Amino acid sequence: MKVITHKEVAELVKPCTTLMIGGFLGVGTPEGIIDQLIENGVENLTVIGNDTAFEDRGIGKLVKNRLCRKVIVSHIGTNPETQRQMIAGELEVELVPQGTLAERVRAGGAGLGGILTPTGVGTVVENGKQVMEIDGKKYLLELPIRADVALIKAKKCDYYGNLVYNLTATNFNPLMVLAADMVIVEVEEIVPVGTLTPDEIKTPGVLIDYVVVSGVK
Amino acid sequence: MPVDPKEKIARRVAYELKEGYLVNLGIGLPTLVANYIPEGVHVYFQSENGIIGMGPEPEKGFENKDLTNAGAGFVTALPGAMTFDSAFSFILIRGGHLDVTVLGGLQVDEEGHLANWMVPGKMVPGMGGAMDLVTGANKVIVAMTHTAKGEPKIVKKCSLPLTSVRRVDLIVTELAVIQPIDEGLLLKEISEETTLEEVLRLTEARLIVSSELARF
Repeated sequence: MKVITHKEVAELVKPCTTLMIGGFLGVGTPEGIIDQLIENGVENLTVIGNDTAFEDRGIGKLVKNRLCRKVIVSHIGTNPETQRQMIAGELEVELVPQGTLAERVRAGGAGLGGILTPTGVGTVVENGKQVMEIDGKKYLLELPIRADVALIKAKKCDYYGNLVYNLTATNFNPLMVLAADMVIVEVEEIVPVGTLTPDEIKTPGVLIDYVVVSGVK
Repeated sequence: MPVDPKEKIARRVAYELKEGYLVNLGIGLPTLVANYIPEGVHVYFQSENGIIGMGPEPEKGFENKDLTNAGAGFVTALPGAMTFDSAFSFILIRGGHLDVTVLGGLQVDEEGHLANWMVPGKMVPGMGGAMDLVTGANKVIVAMTHTAKGEPKIVKKCSLPLTSVRRVDLIVTELAVIQPIDEGLLLKEISEETTLEEVLRLTEARLIVSSELARF
């Protein structure tokens, strides 16, 4: 793990990158990293996340600043700009049921070839997918998903990069850490190694490539 | 004093919640159900963004930016609460561990199918967790107004995209309590403020009127 500045993060994330970004309506999203991507105008991004949050928050800010080519999310209802760009044909939106998205990300990080879920059977979500019957019940084969870079938010880490999340800001973050080639984490503070108990560490630092501290440019 | 339709619905839904249940309330009208849990009944509220033991909105000045509900509104964590990641949250939902989900609806039809996530060409919010909730919860309760701008929402066949092909368990409106069964939609209760004729007139779907029709 290497501690870097926000400016250095933006240099690591090139245009046309596929990103996974943690957060649920902006809660648990690395806002500082997103602001830096906007400042640097990193465009043509494909973003995988729970939702497109709000126009002034989280992934919503990337959409508002027209930096996304495609978003793969479960919900866009709180961001009118996403709907506007989608209807105008300026932004591709792939809607995925939230539980399916979580499992696809998990599968991507767990070395699995896909997952079988009953969610979406018989609905438009089924279109183009393989339906499998197991013990008389129908399931959709949903494929794993991975990204070039995961942008993660954690409450704090130590100098090994061991992560501690906070309350409902956890959401997709621990899953996305495992499903990207490069992992960049924004934390609120870095604490000495040994001050975190083994039990409170939810993601081992060995999986983390870079850490930035919120507010430290 | 006229009865507020949303309060009427929330109060009736709350009556369905039993001791020890794990319950997920959707954003909007379903959230109101938490205000009317019968005295002495203790239930656990789960929210798909990753918490069991979610409590009410905190007083001003006590908000925690990392403690929210699925609508990004500030909440509290009751003693004994636990937070977790999104995969675990949907394991609870899909894996048969969630006793009840209460969701809003745009349409429900004679087969008990719910449509509540998009109006093609008009409103595409996305399904969020709704498809998993309706597919996976042990009991699905639809809490919605009986009509929208005078148009029936309980219809012969949903014209809007379905949320799931799983039959919902109960429909509660300000006028009626309806249980989808094999034969169709069983009208079990009508409100004190309505008549059977009015309920039938405001419902497009065929209703089977229970021989033990009750009032609520």
